[in-house]
Amino acid sequence: MAHCHGSVGLKNIPEGARKIVLVGNPNTGKSVFFNYFTGMYVDVSNYPGTTLEISHGHFGSDVIIDTPGVYGISSFNDEERIARDIILSADMAINIVDAVHLERDLFLTQQVIDTGVPVIVALNMVDEAQRQGLRIDVDLLSDLLGVPVVPTVAVQKKGLNELKDRLATAKRGRMTQGLDPLINRLINRVGNQGEALLVLEGDPAVAGRHGLEPENQREDIYLKRRAQVNDIVKHVLQETNHGASFSSLLGRWMLKPVTGIPILALALYAMYLVIGVFIAGTVVGITEETIMLGQYEPAVRGMIGQFISEESALGTIMIGEFGLFTMTVTYILGLLMPLVIGFYLFLSLFEDSGYLPRIATLVDRLLTGIGLNGRGVIPLILGFGCVTMATITTRLLASDRERKIAVLLLGLNIPCSAQMGVIAGMLAAIGGQYVALYAIIIFLVLVVIGTVLNTLLPGKPTDLLIDLPPLRLPRLDNVLKKTATKSYHFLKEAFPLFALGALIISVFQVTGILEFLQNLLAPLTVGWLKLPKEASTAFIMGIVRRDFGAAGLSDLTMAPIQIVAALITITLFVPCIASILILFKERSKSEAALIWASSWAVAFLVGGIVSQLYSAFGGDSGSRGTLWVILTFLGMTVATIIACHLAKRNKTQESHVGG
Amino acid sequence: MTLDRVKRGQLLKIMSIPDMQIRAQAIRFGIAEGEMVNCEEVVPAGPIVIRKNNQLLALGRGLARQITVQCVE
Repeated sequence: MAHCHGSVGLKNIPEGARKIVLVGNPNTGKSVFFNYFTGMYVDVSNYPGTTLEISHGHFGSDVIIDTPGVYGISSFNDEERIARDIILSADMAINIVDAVHLERDLFLTQQVIDTGVPVIVALNMVDEAQRQGLRIDVDLLSDLLGVPVVPTVAVQKKGLNELKDRLATAKRGRMTQGLDPLINRLINRVGNQGEALLVLEGDPAVAGRHGLEPENQREDIYLKRRAQVNDIVKHVLQETNHGASFSSLLGRWMLKPVTGIPILALALYAMYLVIGVFIAGTVVGITEETIMLGQYEPAVRGMIGQFISEESALGTIMIGEFGLFTMTVTYILGLLMPLVIGFYLFLSLFEDSGYLPRIATLVDRLLTGIGLNGRGVIPLILGFGCVTMATITTRLLASDRERKIAVLLLGLNIPCSAQMGVIAGMLAAIGGQYVALYAIIIFLVLVVIGTVLNTLLPGKPTDLLIDLPPLRLPRLDNVLKKTATKSYHFLKEAFPLFALGALIISVFQVTGILEFLQNLLAPLTVGWLKLPKEASTAFIMGIVRRDFGAAGLSDLTMAPIQIVAALITITLFVPCIASILILFKERSKSEAALIWASSWAVAFLVGGIVSQLYSAFGGDSGSRGTLWVILTFLGMTVATIIACHLAKRNKTQESHVGG
Repeated sequence: MTLDRVKRGQLLKIMSIPDMQIRAQAIRFGIAEGEMVNCEEVVPAGPIVIRKNNQLLALGRGLARQITVQCVE
């Protein structure tokens, strides 16, 4: 079988270098080990055929390769497939085990040992295990696994030197009992213990590489392995502190709707105070207004303006209103960066504390109605930060169906933080009933679109199956490191998109396409939406940056209902140009084009219906008009949900009859 | 009885998990057919949370409906 093991699909791995692979369950602190071993110089590359990024770096003459956090290696998802291929080609594995979570983590450890790759175990977060009253006999664990075990507290750099010194002692461990004869039967045909194991465990891809049929022994092997791990845990782990601690009590409260919803509301409110008030107001005020608009832009205009006139076509593209060196840089560094950091900070806090999977469990029911499952809450929350960032995060959803739904809802329905700031300001000025009108309509449109998609798209949402790790106080240094890494990766990925977006818009401006589009929209804006003609300019500006669009509206004099209709339209209207570009990158071209086109249609349709209904219901006569508009939309939503429900029931009945 | 019908606090024996993939994933978390688990929480109309030793696992309602359990009082 001529298949190449050398490169594992990654570039820049020198011939003959030993491949040391970091393996671990999600959230075991792998990245801290990776940074420790590789230092600053790290290659991040897309793994072939996936959107996942794999980091590798040099450690002496060896190469250290990071793998995605997984609970086992098989073909359940992209992460596992990648981890599987990297581990199978490894010369040695460093397995990071969370000392607080031995029962869960050792399954992967035992599976890696069963592949025959030499292993060294880093038993991480031992300090926390100690605090929780868990005593682990490290020597016995090492004996039972048959590989060296080094206790570590990675974030405090404890045990890392010892781990480094003992790397050479990594060895093949004790296989799962009863596995030996099975492996021996295959090893001559396959030539490699790990590949033989995965063929036995029924992995179709690995079997295919050897021209074999996948075998059907996964469950039997898994059960044996699980029994062996349970036995090891029983011998090495002593719990001195039983009973309900505060954290397990809090964990339970987070899951019960009665207490869980207030806790979630509180968490989101804290998020709003930090991101919405402090970062979006105070911090961005300094970074965008004072630094970028006040200092940076005049400086760069002055510098480049010496060589190229700002009025020329090239000048417009470089340093004009939407210029590459002006708007792009200001937008990304002055506005987006602080907000993105804020959102990733909260995401990391939620993730590291173990709260995130509990939120997913709490909201699972609501999200299955719109075709997502509890995990879908992550991109939806991030969407309120930056739709581009959230669209990238949809990669973590389990199925393509869910990614499709989430991407569309993000593009259409979720106002990003930049836009929200302007919208909130305008709504605050017109007050109570109009705020309700705006919020309810946007929410109902989300429900209707999600429900319809969930009915129309073939298949059904993936069922939630999620590990709820013990709640823990997140470590600040870990959270900060994670935030920094995620923000950096996002900005690196987004920068070219924003630059390309600005370039496209400037070309539109220079060639007059922007003006053409504005005139095209004007009749629709005036006749159907009942807005001033100038509002169409604001909508077109929304293509550039969503907050530009909203800000353009605030300069117009409009009646309250006009303001609401305009804000609803601009919220539902196409996402900013960077989001559109990421849409084209993440999804197929036809799908992205469809999403883009439908956001035009939905925005003008919904905005128009609001205006038309309001005037049909008697216009200015106090709050009656607003109430009727809300009730009509509510009625339409309920009708849609019922219709979708019936359609789905017919579909399942048909499929039952059909066999 | 199926897992979506259980109440909080009940001690359960997992009788069958029909989906092969789910069964394999559950074993990784230490929850196999024949194991005893505790029902830790039931989110109304939502997921069921079960516990085995220190491992907590949330299963969506649709999934719970497919899993047969026996109540052990």
